[in-house]
Amino acid sequence: MPEQRIIRNYVDRHNSYTIESYLSSGGYSALRKALGIAPAEITDMVKKSGLRGRGGAGFPAGIKWNFIPPDSKKPVYLCCNADESEPGSFKDREILERDPHQMIEGIIIACYAIRSHKAYIYIRGEMPYGAKRIQQAIDEAYEHGYLGENILLSGFDLDMKLYIGAGAYICGEETGLLESIEGKKGEPRPKPPFPAQIGLFGCPTIVNNVETLACVPHIINNGADWFASIGTPRNTGTKIFGLSGHVNNPGLYELPLGINLLELIEEYGGGIPGGRKIKAVSPGGSSSAVFSADELDIAMDFDTVAAAGSMLGTAGVTVMDETVSMIKVAQNLAHFYRDESCGQCVQCREGTWWLEKILREIDEGKGAIEHLDIILDACSQMRGTTICALADGCAMPIESIVRKFRDEFEEHIKRGHS
Amino acid sequence: MPFPPRLRDKIQEIADDHETRLSALIPVLREVQNEFGWLSNESMEEVAEALDIPPSSVQNVASFYTMFFTEPVGTHVMWLCRTLSCALRGAEGLEHHLCRRLGVKTGETTADGKITLLEAECLASCGTAPAMLVDDTLYENLTETEVDRIVDKIKRSG
Repeated sequence: MPEQRIIRNYVDRHNSYTIESYLSSGGYSALRKALGIAPAEITDMVKKSGLRGRGGAGFPAGIKWNFIPPDSKKPVYLCCNADESEPGSFKDREILERDPHQMIEGIIIACYAIRSHKAYIYIRGEMPYGAKRIQQAIDEAYEHGYLGENILLSGFDLDMKLYIGAGAYICGEETGLLESIEGKKGEPRPKPPFPAQIGLFGCPTIVNNVETLACVPHIINNGADWFASIGTPRNTGTKIFGLSGHVNNPGLYELPLGINLLELIEEYGGGIPGGRKIKAVSPGGSSSAVFSADELDIAMDFDTVAAAGSMLGTAGVTVMDETVSMIKVAQNLAHFYRDESCGQCVQCREGTWWLEKILREIDEGKGAIEHLDIILDACSQMRGTTICALADGCAMPIESIVRKFRDEFEEHIKRGHS
Repeated sequence: MPFPPRLRDKIQEIADDHETRLSALIPVLREVQNEFGWLSNESMEEVAEALDIPPSSVQNVASFYTMFFTEPVGTHVMWLCRTLSCALRGAEGLEHHLCRRLGVKTGETTADGKITLLEAECLASCGTAPAMLVDDTLYENLTETEVDRIVDKIKRSG
């Protein structure tokens, strides 16, 4: 079966990132259409389409937009989260580099719906090429009258600004992102208040992911019912799945939500190199609990994966074959979260540090069986006890690895060496 | 060393283009780092003065974000990804290879001051792992041969 490409439809085209290419495939017609509809109706359409946030949480986008107070005296902001840094995720980078205009068109429509006149695109500092493409696309959109004052003679004004980060995973957390745009360390804020009440510069703010916003023009053009007819009833639309690790054909695959994980790995990923067996799969970016080989016959949608004790997250699927040491995997992940913890909360700052230390000692043959329960205890104390979800993102995969591969850990500890 | 007038003008221009003076800090620090290669205490103090913000705000931000260097680095910076998908496809071997080839440990700069080797966390190139960012260029699907070619190219350049 071929992919069902909506967002990725033109990414392979020569000069796909230019406004000429975008216009030649009907680009900005959704904006023209949207500007003739009342803002509240646009939000209703997005709500009816069932579009759920593609940044990891899967929260319905239209409902989020409705959280903006309708009578706000303060300016309203929209921030596009292009800080793609979740290990295993590389879907937004393609949109940013190869088809940025559909995201920009989505941002303009979203701003019109929530009555915002200032939008930011926050891109991570490690994507200089993407930043260049986005800046070019913003400039083109201004030149063509899709940004600025009185867009397409509708009376609607919007300014858009690119903000480039400087290296911090935590700025992908929506309030960490806002702090960063304000010129501070990317330390997440306690919630409530949520950004829709008090966000950027103290004003109502919506933060949406790149892929979420790229869906919006397609919903306006083809209708909410069309979008809702793809996928499953509560998980609508296509999703860009990223396959990496031990597969023959790593890469991006746009498929309806609800695709079977085994099918994704076998049919689209071409199976495992050398005919080896799968040992574990991280289904939704590194913060998701891993599945063992016997848990892969599952529909890849937000609700089904959550019900199985993990999360769809960013749908970045990392495949690990039978040659992999799960002790090294856990250690690699702990290192990442220790490195990226902002340090505000004790459970996270200390927890990630201790997890990495204990896992390294186990790997080096200096572990004891009691260490496994200490790891599980630390993980449970890190979950749901901090300002943001980074500590949970570390605890969930590590807890799942220790639980599901405990025999491997015990055997390794007893042998006392790698 | 005081900032050259051109840089001071640029800082003012960036400050005017942002909603608050503090929100201009990250772009300004990037500009200053581009000029000098890193952020010295003197540079940070001058940024604080130019933006009329507390020096501690500048220090806080400069030390928080990994792409800001508060110590000198080489002319070129290699960010080799170490995170899971790259690790599964041989990043560790590449790191050893690069360390041998450059005669440094990760985090160090070559004797000729040309290259600093650093570990990066996930570069969003998992489908084309292993990957490495060298200054503004991303290299994907790396092999030892490809890494050697990149190092040779830098060594040959001025």
